[in-house]
Amino acid sequence: MSIARERILASVRRSLRRAGPLPESVREVLDRRLDAPAPNLKPALDDDPVSHFVHKADAVHARISRVSTLAEVSGVVLRHIEEHGLGESIVAAPGLEGVQWSNRLAVERRAARGSDQISVTGAFAGIAETGSVMLLSGPESPTTLNFLPEDHVVVLRESRIVPHLEDAWAMLREERGSMPRTVNLICGPSKTGDVELVILEGAHGPRRLHVIVVRE
Amino acid sequence: MKSAAHDFPSRARAGLQNPDLVRAMARARTGFIDKRRAAVDALPEYPQLRRIAREIKEHTLQHLDYYLERFEARVREHGGHVHWASTPAEAQAIVLDVCRAAGAKRITKGKSMVGEEIALNEALEAAGFEPIETDLGEYIIQLANEPPSHIIAPAIHKTRDQIADLFHARHAQYGLHERRTEPTALVGEARTVLREKFQTADVGITGANFLVAETGSSVIVTNEGNGDLTNTLPRVHVVTAGIEKVVPTLEDMSTILRVLARNATGQEASAYTTLSSGPRRAGDLDGPGEYHVVLLDNGRSQMLGNEFHEMLRCIRCGACMNHCPVYHAVGGHAYGWVYVGPMGSVLTPLMVGLDEARDLPNACTLNGRCREVCPMEIPLSDMIRKLREREFDERLTPPRTRLGLRAWAFAARRPALYRFVTSLAMRVLGLLGRRRGRLRRLPLAGGWTGTRDLPAPAGETFMAAWAKRRVEKR
Repeated sequence: MSIARERILASVRRSLRRAGPLPESVREVLDRRLDAPAPNLKPALDDDPVSHFVHKADAVHARISRVSTLAEVSGVVLRHIEEHGLGESIVAAPGLEGVQWSNRLAVERRAARGSDQISVTGAFAGIAETGSVMLLSGPESPTTLNFLPEDHVVVLRESRIVPHLEDAWAMLREERGSMPRTVNLICGPSKTGDVELVILEGAHGPRRLHVIVVRE
Repeated sequence: MKSAAHDFPSRARAGLQNPDLVRAMARARTGFIDKRRAAVDALPEYPQLRRIAREIKEHTLQHLDYYLERFEARVREHGGHVHWASTPAEAQAIVLDVCRAAGAKRITKGKSMVGEEIALNEALEAAGFEPIETDLGEYIIQLANEPPSHIIAPAIHKTRDQIADLFHARHAQYGLHERRTEPTALVGEARTVLREKFQTADVGITGANFLVAETGSSVIVTNEGNGDLTNTLPRVHVVTAGIEKVVPTLEDMSTILRVLARNATGQEASAYTTLSSGPRRAGDLDGPGEYHVVLLDNGRSQMLGNEFHEMLRCIRCGACMNHCPVYHAVGGHAYGWVYVGPMGSVLTPLMVGLDEARDLPNACTLNGRCREVCPMEIPLSDMIRKLREREFDERLTPPRTRLGLRAWAFAARRPALYRFVTSLAMRVLGLLGRRRGRLRRLPLAGGWTGTRDLPAPAGETFMAAWAKRRVEKR
């Protein structure tokens, strides 16, 4: 262990008027706090989670499309491409399953490259309170897809929309057990206020964020 | 960054006389304050969340050694490295070693106040690396070779014309020759130039808004997406963070996030909140192969438990400076170091020395707005007053001021004498200013009357007027 480490920890303990590490009994209490994390106050939502999500995501300028089944995703992506004059080759997250892609689209499944115009990924969860989507990194969902392309399309199932961020953490613990390398919470497109505090979209990340909410 | 805090008076004067800065600060005044107010008012639970957020920070600080060790253990489990640095020099050396070991040339950086605190760019450049700030505001001030003037909007002092000039001069090398002034065009230009840098960087360095002990995650909260390109594309990800950034659980972080975004930018949530835990996992198609966290002390462990303890709750939202009349008047550069406004007036003396930064605690009207808006309820104005007391005790206050304070204290503790002297002074000043209703010059107070007139006193003291009124009423 480094000298600086011992020096800093000793200084912290001196300042807290303790001679050494916390007594075992206190450590156990703190261990329990970490091992079974409890939510603090969660603000009340005045709406059902799905409507709230849609409302909040719209407020931060995410584009929202609502469809009944995964079969409709390809059509929404095609329309997005036409509307914004993008090419018909897309990069999809390798793990995005169940989407029947139109044969007009050239679909590649990989991490993103600088030249990619549009990516389509799945979301682990949607957070109603803020209209954010949560995406987890992994072989099936490379993080670069969320940031490098000009346009980012996220497929989110209604059943994955939870009221609060805390609910998504509970889901993550239950379903994954451990943290992936990266957890991205994304709330609207990339933006900046660094030139005279004028808010502009498309700073370094995607210029447009399009969330397709699937009912099934 | 080398401190120029000793130079506050002349820098403040320069700020007051700079018309571009005056315009920029007027924008900041309305922009930040109104948005924050609206966001806070829209959340009925805000007062409780603020109280809980404060309790979380306080709980963590009381057990800081425990939570730091837990955080460290989790990062190691994920295959990451944790380094400890007592001083900025140690932190610099650690980062340089990591960059050398990686055979790095180009280094992208996300915005980090600790990065500024340890003067990382200077150190990296001196060692032959090419550090590139990628947050638009930080990029602008790096091109201008200036320090940040606001902790969340580092280039707030720059006008679009100044940015246009800067880009025009520095972007010709990329084949961009046209001088453009529209904000959209400026943002687009920076995007184009930095894209290539992101993709060719060997190391990415970010700060951290939180370190989560439960999961060993470092967390950044941004809007541009530059931080994510910085921590995902290069081979190595380095995080620089102060030891006070640790929180126990993801739930605790979630609570503080709610107050952070609202106070910083008036948003309910920032565009990107990103948790990084260790290097890329087996099978991952992207992400860095190495992950390092550098934990910086730099005086923080000594603040713990002393009279400035509460400053460690600071989450660097910037609300205090956004509400500070002195900051608005003089601008961030007057403060001469990394941290500006009220939080800077407390932190800078504690980090670079009270002697060096002796003017900062005095650049305050003690109006208390900073404390009122602070999401962590840090008693900034009380701390500023304590620093003034410490200056007096350490004889850092100028001799004339000390003499003046002594004289005042002598009179103030003798009510009869005090009343006699003040009533005499009021009578004399009232007579002198009778004709114009104001005084242009006043002996011993040239500093005050140099830039404004003194309204002439009514001729009697408040105490005298009050006594008379009571007699009349009867």
